[in-house]
Amino acid sequence: MVSVRSIYTTPSSLTYSDLPWIIQHREDRCTLCGHCTSVCPVQAIYLTYRRQRMPKLDILQKKRGNEYRHFVGIRQRTNIEKKCIGCGMCSMVCPNEAIGPVPNPNEQRAIFHLNQKGEAWKRGGRRNMPGRTTLDRIVFDRISMLTDPALDAGRHEFNLNTILGRILPPEEYIRRHTAGEWIPPTREIFPFVIGSMSFGALSPNMWLGLLQGVAYCNEVLGIPVVMATGEGGCPPWVLKSPFLKYIILQIASGYFGWDEIIRAIPEMQCDPAAIEIKYGQGAKPGDGGLLMWFKVSKLIARLRGVPEGVDLPSPPVHQTLYSIEESVMKMIQTMSMAFGFRVPVYPKISGSTSAKSVLNNLVRNPYAGGMLIDGIDGGTGAAYNISLDATGHPIASCLRECYLDLVAQGRQNEIPLFAAGGIGKNGNVTQNGMALIMLGASGVHIGKYIMQATGGCLGNEMGRCNVCNTGICPKGITSQNEKLFRRLDPDDVAQRVADVFMSIRTEMKKIMAPLGRSQSLPIGMSDALGINDADAAKRLQIRYIC
Amino acid sequence: MCRLALKSADTPFSPYEILTAMEAMQEGYDGSGLGLLLRGVGFTDFNYQPDQIILSGIAHTEAALQRLNSFMGARGYELKYDHAMEVDSSLIEARDRFKYLIRVYKVPNRDGLSRDQFEDQLMQTRLTLRKDGEDHGGDLTVFSFWPDVIMIKEVGWPLQIGNGLGLNDNRIKARVIMAQGRQNTNYGINLYACHPFFIQGISTMTNGENTAFVPIKEWLIGKNIPGYTGYQSDSEVFTHILHYVTRKLHLPLAAYKHIITPLKTEELDVHPQGDFLKGLRTSCRRLIIDGPNAVIATLADETCMLVMDHKKMRPATVGGKPGVWAIASEMCGIEAIVPDRDTSLDFQPMREHTVIIPPDRKELVIWSQSDPFTLPQAA
Ligand code: SF4
Ligand code: SF4
Repeated sequence: MVSVRSIYTTPSSLTYSDLPWIIQHREDRCTLCGHCTSVCPVQAIYLTYRRQRMPKLDILQKKRGNEYRHFVGIRQRTNIEKKCIGCGMCSMVCPNEAIGPVPNPNEQRAIFHLNQKGEAWKRGGRRNMPGRTTLDRIVFDRISMLTDPALDAGRHEFNLNTILGRILPPEEYIRRHTAGEWIPPTREIFPFVIGSMSFGALSPNMWLGLLQGVAYCNEVLGIPVVMATGEGGCPPWVLKSPFLKYIILQIASGYFGWDEIIRAIPEMQCDPAAIEIKYGQGAKPGDGGLLMWFKVSKLIARLRGVPEGVDLPSPPVHQTLYSIEESVMKMIQTMSMAFGFRVPVYPKISGSTSAKSVLNNLVRNPYAGGMLIDGIDGGTGAAYNISLDATGHPIASCLRECYLDLVAQGRQNEIPLFAAGGIGKNGNVTQNGMALIMLGASGVHIGKYIMQATGGCLGNEMGRCNVCNTGICPKGITSQNEKLFRRLDPDDVAQRVADVFMSIRTEMKKIMAPLGRSQSLPIGMSDALGINDADAAKRLQIRYIC
Repeated sequence: MCRLALKSADTPFSPYEILTAMEAMQEGYDGSGLGLLLRGVGFTDFNYQPDQIILSGIAHTEAALQRLNSFMGARGYELKYDHAMEVDSSLIEARDRFKYLIRVYKVPNRDGLSRDQFEDQLMQTRLTLRKDGEDHGGDLTVFSFWPDVIMIKEVGWPLQIGNGLGLNDNRIKARVIMAQGRQNTNYGINLYACHPFFIQGISTMTNGENTAFVPIKEWLIGKNIPGYTGYQSDSEVFTHILHYVTRKLHLPLAAYKHIITPLKTEELDVHPQGDFLKGLRTSCRRLIIDGPNAVIATLADETCMLVMDHKKMRPATVGGKPGVWAIASEMCGIEAIVPDRDTSLDFQPMREHTVIIPPDRKELVIWSQSDPFTLPQAA
């Protein structure tokens, strides 16, 4: 008998019921094939021999004793770094449905021990705040029926596109057109943009699949989808290809990848869709990008012009500049000039109560081609949990406030606002996006939703998976490890991109038709919105309904 | 849905004629109101000169009338003629109608004002009077204050209003009359919500619902252009867009259709002015209407216009013969206004058309959006 006192426990010793996910393993079904243990990205489970004592009492022979049964079973590890992340890959590969993670409904003591070795908890994903978002609760309630037959989403022609780029007031447009002066470049694009996810954060197969899908949407389906690169450049073959016109190139505070881009300018066959200058990100305001060393593969190192296998943190601010006003002004001008004033340039900032002051600067900058606001529910490949969960501003009220500010100045058509951060968090991508459009956005950027819907990302807001930062993405979406990313076939991703955008297009029509809208995207049509929350209704200046 | 009728004729006619014609379309409205706009006017009791200014409206109380008198007197507007209507108040639903105003004022000394400045002054006078009425519990309603324009708006059944106001006495005649029989839609019954709407010589009336109302209204208000106010009806923006296009952007009338229902990119790609029009579409993106609407407009020179929204889900027809033309929201309205016409020449505009009845009334002019138009300054 082992004395209980002699069991060694450390403060961070945990048992499986302390962990967020508990593995349920059915020995009666398990064939011991070992697929689960080999696929598990964190080695949370292992095959092990077990011994079971079976007390034996033979009454007739008055003999007592024990028998021992030996068996092989799957066990769950309880050390923090190997805790189950609930990804469910084990169940996916199990031939007999013998294993799978179940969420632990109890308080999870593991949370107190995630900060090991002096490091605060870092992860990928987005704010771990499950449940319906404000956007999910908005309904489109101004149904045009009293005097008019509603439109037929299947039969009528719909104009769903939006404009990216600085738009002149009509008087000024006519004046400049007459005088033959410069007219700022604009792009007619689909209002759901694939938000910035870097080549580096994403695996080559994921990135290629997205690009293939985007090209298909544009060239075959007639849906002018564009995608943003995120920081870290773009593969040279893409820069020199005709696909560049579907790509928004991002420049961020680390300027990674821009040597390559600038060198490629003379060889570009077409202009990029736009340039996005990243100042902030909704998931981690105040933080620069972060690419962990194990994701800096040979290819990534070449693109970014750095040695292989080093951490690539971008500074939180654009170091060369003093204030955001100055920075925005100089960078927008520089980037506009680099592309011959033919490409819209706009900043991306994180949702914040100070977003309006950035906006007011942009209004006065004749080169600013729009503004993208990224709310607190935006996703990221790597960030501190505290930033993800507790830093930032939800997108709905931030966007609305900025829009109404432009309305008060009569400039709402001049600077298109784009919104991001949590669109489609619960799967309602079109509903969320259209709600933001009617609150005043010219379009929305979707990143995490795209990973989930086109790459099959397993992450969710209940702490599932979210290990994008560690390079072990079990689906091969955010890994530079070939063994992992070859799980993802770019053609399949491309197919999903087409599926997603075709269905968004249909759902947009299904929303717009009953509102009687088909000729233009209902930007700012706030009279069509209602929400069953009086405070939110007041804040967003839309109708309260119940 | 509202019912609309317009008649334009070389020989002046009584507004009562239009009201009887509207009876033909009576299934379509609930009789919640009538709006009339007359151009090319003449009075049997007064020799009207077309540059004299006419004030149309309603003084709901005696005090309001007195305020009006002293206001106009103080600004040097000399009253030349005060048209007294033979009102039978038993036929009028509303009770607070002290006096229907159709008053002719002498053109005041312009004091070196340019034409634009003078016209702004006329509009400002109307807006100030309107504001004054609103500040006094709505006791003064002013529809228009402009040369050669009379407007009458009242709540009730159109023909009954006509009888109640004695419009059958033939004392007023006009060459162009726009009439709307109103069906109350979303925005309550309010005299200012009654079509036609008017600003600086430009007037429109519409049937259908303007589903893009809020974004358009917000944009127009944001322009801070005097007179872009009101919006008791979602259709008022159509008038202000026409005003903006012709008087602020100085674009030809043909551009109106390009702004409210622009062509698709593929269509503009092959349009001779596609490059300009694409940019115009982007700059005026907030003025794209989404209908379904038929917009009927008249201009100061007696030009009449009919355009449809892009979906073309509203019926509207134009028909007539040289010298007399009609536009109506229903075919039966045309039939009632110009029965002796060649019906094979009736025209129902499609999504790309702008139909014009020119001031000479000789023949219809039909523009297609895919045709080039003259763009004197900007092409
Ligand atoms: S759910 Fe994922 S992390 Fe957990 S044991 Fe299965 S494979 Fe491993
Ligand atoms: S599946 Fe990959 S991308 Fe999705 S949360 Fe897991 S690690 Fe991140």
